[in-house]
Amino acid sequence: MEFLSYLISGVSLGSVYAIIALGYTMVYGIAKMLNFAHGDIIMVGGYISFCAMSYLGLPGWLATLLAMAVCTVLGIVIEGLAYKPLRSAPSLAVLITAIGVSYFLQNSALLIWKAAPKVYQPVVSGSLTLFGGQLSVPYASVLTMAACLVIMAALTLFISKSKMGKAMRACSEDKGAAQLMGINVNATISTTFAIGSALAAVAGVLLCTSYPTLQPTTGSMPGIKAFTAAVFGGIGSIPGAFLGGLLLGVIEAMAKAYISTNLANSIVFAVLIVVLLVKPAGLLGKYVPEKV
Amino acid sequence: MEAILKVEDINVYYGSIHAIKGVSFEVNEGEIVTLIGANGAGKSTTLNTISGLLHSKTGSVTFMGENLGKIPCHKIVSKGLALVPEGRRVFLQMTVQENLEMGAFTQGGKTLDDDLERVYEQFPRLKERMKQVAGTLSGGEQQMLAMGRALMSHPKLLMLDEPSMGLAPILVEQIFDIIQELHKAGTTILLVEQNAQAALSVADRGYVLETGKVVTTGTGHELLESPAIKKAYLGG
Ligand SMILES: Nc1ncnc2c1ncn2[C@@H]1O[C@H](COP(=O)(O)OP(=O)(O)O)[C@@H](O)[C@H]1O
Ligand SMILES: [Mg+2]
Repeated sequence: MEFLSYLISGVSLGSVYAIIALGYTMVYGIAKMLNFAHGDIIMVGGYISFCAMSYLGLPGWLATLLAMAVCTVLGIVIEGLAYKPLRSAPSLAVLITAIGVSYFLQNSALLIWKAAPKVYQPVVSGSLTLFGGQLSVPYASVLTMAACLVIMAALTLFISKSKMGKAMRACSEDKGAAQLMGINVNATISTTFAIGSALAAVAGVLLCTSYPTLQPTTGSMPGIKAFTAAVFGGIGSIPGAFLGGLLLGVIEAMAKAYISTNLANSIVFAVLIVVLLVKPAGLLGKYVPEKV
Repeated sequence: MEAILKVEDINVYYGSIHAIKGVSFEVNEGEIVTLIGANGAGKSTTLNTISGLLHSKTGSVTFMGENLGKIPCHKIVSKGLALVPEGRRVFLQMTVQENLEMGAFTQGGKTLDDDLERVYEQFPRLKERMKQVAGTLSGGEQQMLAMGRALMSHPKLLMLDEPSMGLAPILVEQIFDIIQELHKAGTTILLVEQNAQAALSVADRGYVLETGKVVTTGTGHELLESPAIKKAYLGG
């Protein structure tokens, strides 16, 4: 029973990583850049929903929608102002800009909301008791896992069937050819940032619901972990982000439970290194042969 | 005859490399016009400039009376100008059908089924492979897909950049047959080729490019018979 409970908390944590990793991997797949500020969008989503609930007294779902709307706009604005002018710049310049945006967001949050941690009011509370009281699963975990599944299913459907989704795949393969088809590459990249940022807002709400302290650096560590998850699963691959996120969460929870809390992060990254040595493209990363 | 495409004095640079040096030419409605020239002469650069992937520092590109200079690349295809780029550039991870759908991206969607049917009729090989990922197609099939994809946009002018590159002779023949069929059906064609013999035999007119400049022009027949052209491009 103990194992099951650790497993559930691992899957739940992994679900949050997966939702964040989806944003990383979509943006990487299409814009070919690592958006290091992605983690900080989570933090902004956390603060917006916090303010909506604690100051405006809005219900959790409405606060979440508000956070998603604000983060979507923020994502589009960041892309337009900071990344778009660098479209043909070397990738190192883009990476450094992304790190700059990350610090900008953290420091803006520090200015607006101050350094003292806020106590987040969870959007759901209480636990589900199973097996005659032997296993208790927080509703927050249930909500997180359900949200992750719904998001994953919706995104997969969107990417594989919708016209915009197909345009995104076309852009991720060959921007020049996509433009020749009449696809507006800038608008497609912008949409990708919008979707990724909205997902980050959801992740922010779920993360703070499970771990209810909120401060300007709240997004950093989950952001880095989710980035790891995306690489782990194969950066650019949507099922890869999902799988990578879940595995990372489970490994982290198990390492904490059975080995050592302090070593948990080291173990997570050690597993990443081993996986990349064996499969450099990540678990589900694709290798596509070119034909002449 | 009226010029459907008019290229006037374009100069295109890659950084400090001056790749196209004052090229001018025109394509009349209903013609097959070919640009021939050695590797590196500037043929692809010219086509990419017309389709908006690259930009000229001077002069103009006019398509059906409209100056394309300030129009972004993604708005050009809906004007009736389609490019089958060098190296095919089909979307390797998408299925054959999805590639064709991308070709119809700007077409509202009402005629999608009819257009697919029309392209599949033209390229039965693609129909058999419609659910297959394009990366698994052979080179010839990918070329057909690239052409079919361009046809999905109902182009008035179809530009083809070395469609025969890397293909077996039998396939080259097939591709040239298709080009002639498209032409008979009313599509104007601008064809870039290193295979000068094949290109000049189907073309109404041709232009010869050398290091970024037009050096000779004439009808397909004239160029085929010209001793200088024979020597430089037709192997004696
Ligand atoms: N991306 C590029 N960067 C720099 N130079 C280029 C690039 N593409 C082509 N060139 C140069 O421009 C000239 C014309 O190339 P291109 O148009 O590809 O010739 P062609 O299609 O006739 O073989 C060549 O000298 C080539 O080296
Ligand atoms: Mg070329």
